[in-house]
Amino acid sequence: METAVLYELLRMLISVVLVVAFVFINALIMGYLERKISAHIQRRPGLMEVGPHGILQLVIDGLKLIGKQLIVPKDADRTLFRAAPLLSFAPVVLPLIVIPFSPKLQVRDFDVGLIFILAISSLNVLAILMAGWGSNNKYSLFGAMRSVAQNISYEIPMLLSLLAVILMTNTFSMQGIVQAQGKIWFFLVQPVAFLIYIVASFAETNRAPFDLPEAESELTAGYHTEYSGMGFSLFMLAEYANMFVVCSIATVLFLGGWHGIPLPFGAYSGAIWFFIKAYGLMVFMIWVRWTYPRTRFDQLMNFCWKYMIPFALVNLLVTAVLVKL
Amino acid sequence: MPELTKISQPHRFFLNMGPQHPSTHGVLRVLLEMDGEYIIEPQPVLGYGHRMQEKLAECRTCTAFMPNTARMDYAAALPYNHGYAALIERMAGIEVPPRAEYIRVITSELNRIASHLLWFGALLLDLGAFTPILYSFDDREQILDILEDITGSRLTYCYFRVGGVSKDIDDKFVERTRAFIKRLRQRFDIFEKLVTGNVIFINRVKGVGIIDADMCRRYGATGPVARGSGIPYDVRKNQPYSVYSEFDFDIPVGENGDSLDRYMVRMREMEQSLRIIEQALDKLPEGPYRGKIPKKIKLPAGDCCFSVEAARGELTYYLVGDGSDVPYRLKIRVPSYSNLSVLPELCRGMLLSDLVAAMGSLDLVIPEIDR
Amino acid sequence: MKNSGYFRELYVGGKSLIIGLGVTLKAFVQPIVTVQYPREKLEITPNYRGHIELVRDPETGECPCIVCGMCARACPSDCITVAGEKKEGEKKKTLTKFQLDFTKCSLCGTCVETCPKGAINYSQDYNIAGFTREEFHYDLIKRLEEKG
Repeated sequence: METAVLYELLRMLISVVLVVAFVFINALIMGYLERKISAHIQRRPGLMEVGPHGILQLVIDGLKLIGKQLIVPKDADRTLFRAAPLLSFAPVVLPLIVIPFSPKLQVRDFDVGLIFILAISSLNVLAILMAGWGSNNKYSLFGAMRSVAQNISYEIPMLLSLLAVILMTNTFSMQGIVQAQGKIWFFLVQPVAFLIYIVASFAETNRAPFDLPEAESELTAGYHTEYSGMGFSLFMLAEYANMFVVCSIATVLFLGGWHGIPLPFGAYSGAIWFFIKAYGLMVFMIWVRWTYPRTRFDQLMNFCWKYMIPFALVNLLVTAVLVKL
Repeated sequence: MPELTKISQPHRFFLNMGPQHPSTHGVLRVLLEMDGEYIIEPQPVLGYGHRMQEKLAECRTCTAFMPNTARMDYAAALPYNHGYAALIERMAGIEVPPRAEYIRVITSELNRIASHLLWFGALLLDLGAFTPILYSFDDREQILDILEDITGSRLTYCYFRVGGVSKDIDDKFVERTRAFIKRLRQRFDIFEKLVTGNVIFINRVKGVGIIDADMCRRYGATGPVARGSGIPYDVRKNQPYSVYSEFDFDIPVGENGDSLDRYMVRMREMEQSLRIIEQALDKLPEGPYRGKIPKKIKLPAGDCCFSVEAARGELTYYLVGDGSDVPYRLKIRVPSYSNLSVLPELCRGMLLSDLVAAMGSLDLVIPEIDR
Repeated sequence: MKNSGYFRELYVGGKSLIIGLGVTLKAFVQPIVTVQYPREKLEITPNYRGHIELVRDPETGECPCIVCGMCARACPSDCITVAGEKKEGEKKKTLTKFQLDFTKCSLCGTCVETCPKGAINYSQDYNIAGFTREEFHYDLIKRLEEKG
């Protein structure tokens, strides 16, 4: 009995360390990919100086950001201003607990795994609102307000599209959803839901073309205008981790999770397939960001209410009827 | 206009956009009275880049002012060179050899395209697309390379001289320009696919910032801003200067006067400029590139005025001479200043995001406004 | 039929977005067009107009400047200072000082054009940076001697 508890504690400790480490490594990878892909899209070489093809650039950047002074604006609400980056960081770490990287590689498989993720990731909005309010900067506040409105609106079509999949699997457990896709991946069965989810996830992660909360040309940098050093980099880490979380959900629910052609890596091949799919989606998000202009606020809302929600609802109804038959 | 100092209602607030803001392109400051994200009263604040160019002109000989003209509109310096050189020529009665006039037209039009390409990228940057500016700069660099080869500089040209140009163009220039024309025509396809057809872009600019013809007349807006509102006014056609009357080209005009129309006018203007360059290269006469000018150019007592079509609209130099070689007074009417003065009326009641789109479509160059 | 615009909008919009993605994808696989500046350098045109410098006459090996001061007078920004002295037994003046204040120069090229002897020309220097203004007060005679 004693040893079982001890093992469990050890397992938790290792998981926490791995998950937090993964968030940082993910940010390094994504930062590098983002800069390199954008560079090649714009026909520049991009990072070239630190390490071969600049692969160590992000490490240097990280060290620089850690070394920078944290400046709190004079009239800012100090508590909120300091707490906001931390709060934005926490909700993106927690969802990684229930994501099934492979049949075995998963920290915990909750019965309500999907609901857990969605509930936790909504907290991110609160952090952005706190950052915007606490900075005592009008541009930050604009960014925060936009972010809140956008995230809340887009959560509706996102949930509706996910619900269509849940109707087919009859479980909220992430592992269960993946196992249900042994024969056919759900993006073939539910193409509309998949599209709606992808579009909504752009808005959820504040990525272009829906990056209104941090629209440089309008709001200078949006909600993180006043942040420097680690405060700023925590927001960046959170953004990239958030991207990973939404892409993982898409992988689990629509792209068959760890399913794939068997690779010669034994038990690890599932995890490799998972990462290939998740990072593939993230590269797509980068590609989109460097192609399109930014939408306007009312157009973003219009698109949500005029197209996304009706389509998601119809899709849900059709799914429900078909499943019942 | 009374200065904005107090908010009119308690829940409104001021927002300072600029002088350091990513989309004011330089040192323009716009003071906005806001109600949420809606702009109640915008007020441009000018003068951060004031260098008293008009006063400087009164302190030196008329030929020595030439380099200063390029420092006003740095994005399209050659039309500024052109206007000033032509002004002094008209005032002092100096003949310009035809070859020089052709060279002036070719280089000015190349510079106009370079300026429009810069504007294209900057507008898209304002709208949040980062990639188009790199593509347009790819083409703009080609123009700068071509112009650098004959003018010796890349941005603030001082190429035109009173009575001609400072250096003749050679076969290499002609060849490279022809190759560039061919290249740019193909590149328009990319701009069309990536930007002009893009639904997000169209939604951002269509119906935004409508300037009607009457408003243009009231504020004296010229250039692509006026043409976007359906006024077919172009100095190159209406009062042809230099050798522009010898070329066949169209003046593109818009219908609604919104940002999309101004965008389309500039895009089609680039094609027309290519046509002008092509014809000028075909007709390029032989002969001297620099006429005979007196050693000391005396400006006769009296006044004189010369207008050219700069990349942003009508540029007018007005000079008063007093018989010496130093101008008594030089007044420069710059297009961006009049185009900017539309802004308060244009942006009242607009969203902040639309202000960025509308201001970007006006194509403002701040050093030109402040002079 | 009222709804036909609704779906057409979606179709046209979606199509334009996919075309846009195609453009960037094509650019992604095309070769890069920029160079890594300090590592590789583009050749600049010989017609580039940098700051001015004195030149030697290829025949005599001397600088043909006659200290007439035309360049200093023609300069719109007064950035050229020329001085010379007449030595015993020589016909023309010898150049003793030719200073260029590059901080004020606007690179118009008037001085080069007015020089009756072709004694000044444009340099090809474009990598110019410094910490003080004085670093840009060039002594052109010294530069000419250093060039050999």
